[in-house]
Amino acid sequence: MRILTTLDPLTRPLLFILVTAIDGILKPIQRRVGIDKMGYFFVLPNLLIFGIFVLFPMLLNLYYAMTGGTKLFPADRPFVGLDNFATLFDCENFSQPNSCQEDLFWRGIFNTIQFVVFQVSGIVLFSLITALVLNQNIVARGFFRSVFFYPVLLSPVVVALIWKWILQHEGVLNAILELFGGESMRWLLDTNWAMFWVVFVSVWALMGFYTLILLAGLQSIPPELYEASSIDGANTWQDFRFVTMPLLMPTMFVVLVLSLIRAVQMFDQIFVLTGGGPGTRTQLMVQYIYTTGFSNQIQLFGLSAAASMVLGVSLLILTLLQLRLGNQSSLA
Amino acid sequence: MQADRISIGQFLSRRSGGKRVNTADALTYLYLTIGTILMFGPVLWLVASSFKTQAGLVKYPPPLLPYQQVQVDVEGFDKPLPLYTVTEEDGTVSELAQVRRVGIEAQMVDPAEPGAERIKVNIRQREPVEEVKLAWENYLDPLIELENFDFFTYLKNSVIVTTFATAITLVINSMAAFALSKYHFKGRDAIFVLFISTLMIPITVILVPVFLVITSIGWKNNLWGVIIPGAATPTGIFLLRQYMLTIPDELLDAARIDGASEWHIYWRIILPLARPALAVLAIFSVMWRWNDFLWPLIVLSQNDYFTLQVGLNAFQGELQIQWHYVLAMTVVTLLPITLVFAFLQRFITTGIATTGMK
Repeated sequence: MRILTTLDPLTRPLLFILVTAIDGILKPIQRRVGIDKMGYFFVLPNLLIFGIFVLFPMLLNLYYAMTGGTKLFPADRPFVGLDNFATLFDCENFSQPNSCQEDLFWRGIFNTIQFVVFQVSGIVLFSLITALVLNQNIVARGFFRSVFFYPVLLSPVVVALIWKWILQHEGVLNAILELFGGESMRWLLDTNWAMFWVVFVSVWALMGFYTLILLAGLQSIPPELYEASSIDGANTWQDFRFVTMPLLMPTMFVVLVLSLIRAVQMFDQIFVLTGGGPGTRTQLMVQYIYTTGFSNQIQLFGLSAAASMVLGVSLLILTLLQLRLGNQSSLA
Repeated sequence: MQADRISIGQFLSRRSGGKRVNTADALTYLYLTIGTILMFGPVLWLVASSFKTQAGLVKYPPPLLPYQQVQVDVEGFDKPLPLYTVTEEDGTVSELAQVRRVGIEAQMVDPAEPGAERIKVNIRQREPVEEVKLAWENYLDPLIELENFDFFTYLKNSVIVTTFATAITLVINSMAAFALSKYHFKGRDAIFVLFISTLMIPITVILVPVFLVITSIGWKNNLWGVIIPGAATPTGIFLLRQYMLTIPDELLDAARIDGASEWHIYWRIILPLARPALAVLAIFSVMWRWNDFLWPLIVLSQNDYFTLQVGLNAFQGELQIQWHYVLAMTVVTLLPITLVFAFLQRFITTGIATTGMK
């Protein structure tokens, strides 16, 4: 704080000079083009960065996906048409990742589907229960709300390290299990358990966010409706089923959309927690994109770009599907 | 201050309408208790573990608190000696300091009589004397002397990325949101739709071409390469635009009549009035940038440019994980965000609840 106050006499005049200078440049322009065209000026910086770092790359990605080789600059890359996609989809049997040329890609897809299904249902279930609990008349609601929300703020690297430490073979979870007569496990090296923990940890880290959204949805339900239903003699379950659920549906839908789209892009937490292992058991799609393009010795940018387009298209389909379903459910 | 005096039990079981606790309430509090343990427990365990010594960390089952062996100063020895409880064969128990160990035999000395002859003890007969003591060296060593973990560099990089990115995002997003909410120019709606349509397109989908752009500019292994690509966030534009729409146009017209330029209106009227929305965006941006991992991992490949997250990942990925340092540095990394949360909690929770953004 002291640094800020000592800097203040310095930054204030500097800022003033900067703002006045911009004003001096803009005034004549404004006189010439008129008020409404000044909108172009205000939107320009954002549009420039957006154009260079989002829009242009989106188009360029298409080109990358159709070129081969290991060079980064497009001019050095031979055009190969749809070869990259053919490589990705070269499978004898699509239900058997082993039979594919890029078996890691297909394993990634299968793992992603599995992860998404379990993680999204876990998030929806637990954030709904937590929101319902927090919406009651409880002591220290603010405190409990913070408790469930706190992990949301932690970085994926930190979250992964916290759980890696707990789940290691000589870790506290095994110690507690042995205390109660259980057997210790190498949780993250066990093919059956690794996926469970990857899902568990990401539900742990993210559910507070969705709880908060659902809580806002619950609080927007007018209390008069519950008064009316209690006059009609409804019990708690009927309250939930016929008042809460229908009115919470739009919010639930938002939760579903956001959590689905984010689950498909899952990367960092798992990357630090298991590195995609044991073997490739928890390697998801984004990790394939990263490994193929950036961390392997031979950097196959074309294949990576093609895989990322598959990811982009699946995200697009999910979004459109949900928009459609959303419209239907709001009509019903 | 004559408040109503009630017992703790009554306080905890107090409900609106003066009713007493029932089973549903009991279940509610059970859920909250288990939830609190599950949500906070792991973080507390991390903090507790980070204060254990390297030797303390390998103990299994792990003790709850950080214990260390007691060291005593004995006359005639330069360094403090470790203290042990020795149980002799005849059952007598004494506390002795170990001078050195040879094979299975330890040479001990009684700290009360440093001049006396060395006592030879079988190492199975001795148990270390321990006390609760915080291993601050886990925190201090990485700050000064760890070869492959340059904490201050990473911290500096993280702070630079977070502050510059947040400042740039706030300025360009608020300018764009101002234009999109208060001006009528050709193509305005098209630009808005263009921005918003990328809300659901993450950088993961365009990693390779953005990497090319960064490399062409010469921003590989440069913090600008991390700062700029994510600066034009559609989330921020959406949030600020919705807020600015609620600012009445008459206010701007009045200022124009008084002769204010458009830039003046933006700087003197719009920005101060949009402060609540700007605060929410600032908090989000700090959170995004501080925690960002995948993109910095790709752009920054040299140790000198690592951010804390990337550095921490590299450090924990070494062949021999030095858990005592990793845990301490993890605590340091989560500290700023925890402080931000503690002070700005209300902003964050209401911000998320009203916008549905993270």
